[in-house]
Amino acid sequence: MDNLSVEHLIGIKDLTKKDIELIFRTADSFKQVINRPIKKVPSLRDITIANLFFENSTRTRLSFELAEKRLSADVVNFSAASSSVKKGETLIDTVNNILAMKVDLVVMRHPNPGAAKFLSEKVDARIINAGDGTHEHPTQALLDAYSIRERHGEDFNGKKVVIVGDISHSRVALSNIFCLQKLGAEVMVCGPTTLIPKHIGSLGVKVEHDLRKALEWCDVANMLRIQLERQDIKYFPSLREYTMLFGLDKELLNSLDKEITVMHPGPINRGVEISSDVADSDQSIILQQVENGVAIRMAIIYLLASKIERN
Amino acid sequence: MGKRTILNSKHLEITLKRLASQLKENHQNFENTVLIGLQPRGIHVLERLKSILEKDLGKDLVCGQLDITFYRDDFRRREQPLIPSVTNIDFIIEDKRVVLIDDVLYTGRSIRSGLDALLAFGRPKSVELLILIDRQFERHLPIQADYIGKQVNTLPSEVVVVEWEQLDGEDMVILTEIENG
Repeated sequence: MDNLSVEHLIGIKDLTKKDIELIFRTADSFKQVINRPIKKVPSLRDITIANLFFENSTRTRLSFELAEKRLSADVVNFSAASSSVKKGETLIDTVNNILAMKVDLVVMRHPNPGAAKFLSEKVDARIINAGDGTHEHPTQALLDAYSIRERHGEDFNGKKVVIVGDISHSRVALSNIFCLQKLGAEVMVCGPTTLIPKHIGSLGVKVEHDLRKALEWCDVANMLRIQLERQDIKYFPSLREYTMLFGLDKELLNSLDKEITVMHPGPINRGVEISSDVADSDQSIILQQVENGVAIRMAIIYLLASKIERN
Repeated sequence: MGKRTILNSKHLEITLKRLASQLKENHQNFENTVLIGLQPRGIHVLERLKSILEKDLGKDLVCGQLDITFYRDDFRRREQPLIPSVTNIDFIIEDKRVVLIDDVLYTGRSIRSGLDALLAFGRPKSVELLILIDRQFERHLPIQADYIGKQVNTLPSEVVVVEWEQLDGEDMVILTEIENG
């Protein structure tokens, strides 16, 4: 039987294709579990998990917490807004204090890229990265790819996925690129020149600045949010202009000669990157992504927890 | 390595037919009864019994497959993670008479997990246990079967293997020594 090749989930970059497929297979079973009358299994009843969120989050945090609770783990929550971080404590001190209370696994979101990797080297617990700055957001990429697999089948070879929007400030984009490429899909990024990293071509992705051309090429379009909170300067003249050039509306979608799948990692800014009628259409799998998020996170926690030694 | 045949294909067939008859004796026309095979190997016993009973009764029986992986008590006590199989129960078990089916009963721990897994689907009226091979004297939990194909006395160093024609080429139950054990 297989096991994950990693001890922590820091980024998709560290995973092998086999790891990703193992996570998907395990998630299939958990998806069955969360659709039962009793959505809970006792597997992790002797594990304690700390959710450390140094940055705001609704979806990811709820999704992790539900996943943990449905595996019967004990859960403690922490958010930076109401903690001693404000009093000047360092990250390692904060985490070590929490670990002193016998926590086995840490789920962390942090504004600094590399925070999860740093932590995994310094403290004695399994770390799951729930987003570190503009670096990676591995669980989001896995649930995105899992949702594509559900809609388009297990074989990713030849599948074409375009990621549209603010690629520079998006950890979702980077993780998605790694994940889809490892599975064999082709990836294109599309957005204004200012929001596409200069050397992104070196990752082996195509670059396109015309949304229509990108959509005509792809099978799946992943629409990202403009992350105004991460933008230190203005990268485009106005949101309205961005919407005109890179927003996906029903008219554009219907004018394509094929039916593409539309995704969005949330939170959606309706009327900016995606119009309401597209977000709510049959071609959109946005809510399936959220449902799959719980199953994927259960699978990751389950597989990592099975590597924790008993003491 | 010692190898001993417990049941050959002919005897296995006879045993399965007897188990089917015993089920019929207690459940008559199976109106309120569902048969559930435990993954991974119990589902083959279920398949055989199902085909015998359906031929006999001339109607389809309600059958399901139950995976117990997440309910096991040896999570993190093994080197490798436990990878789940498919659960396939697309009916309501509330107030049903359930027959759990597995190939070998040994320590009883799988059945304990199976009962937990089953109860996640609701509250059945009753649960019975049907076992093809019962390895007596090595039980870790107070669990006994209601229908038994064959009882055998075995050592902890031995393992009972149930082979099926569609998987392994021939129907057969054998007893072998555990390698390096």
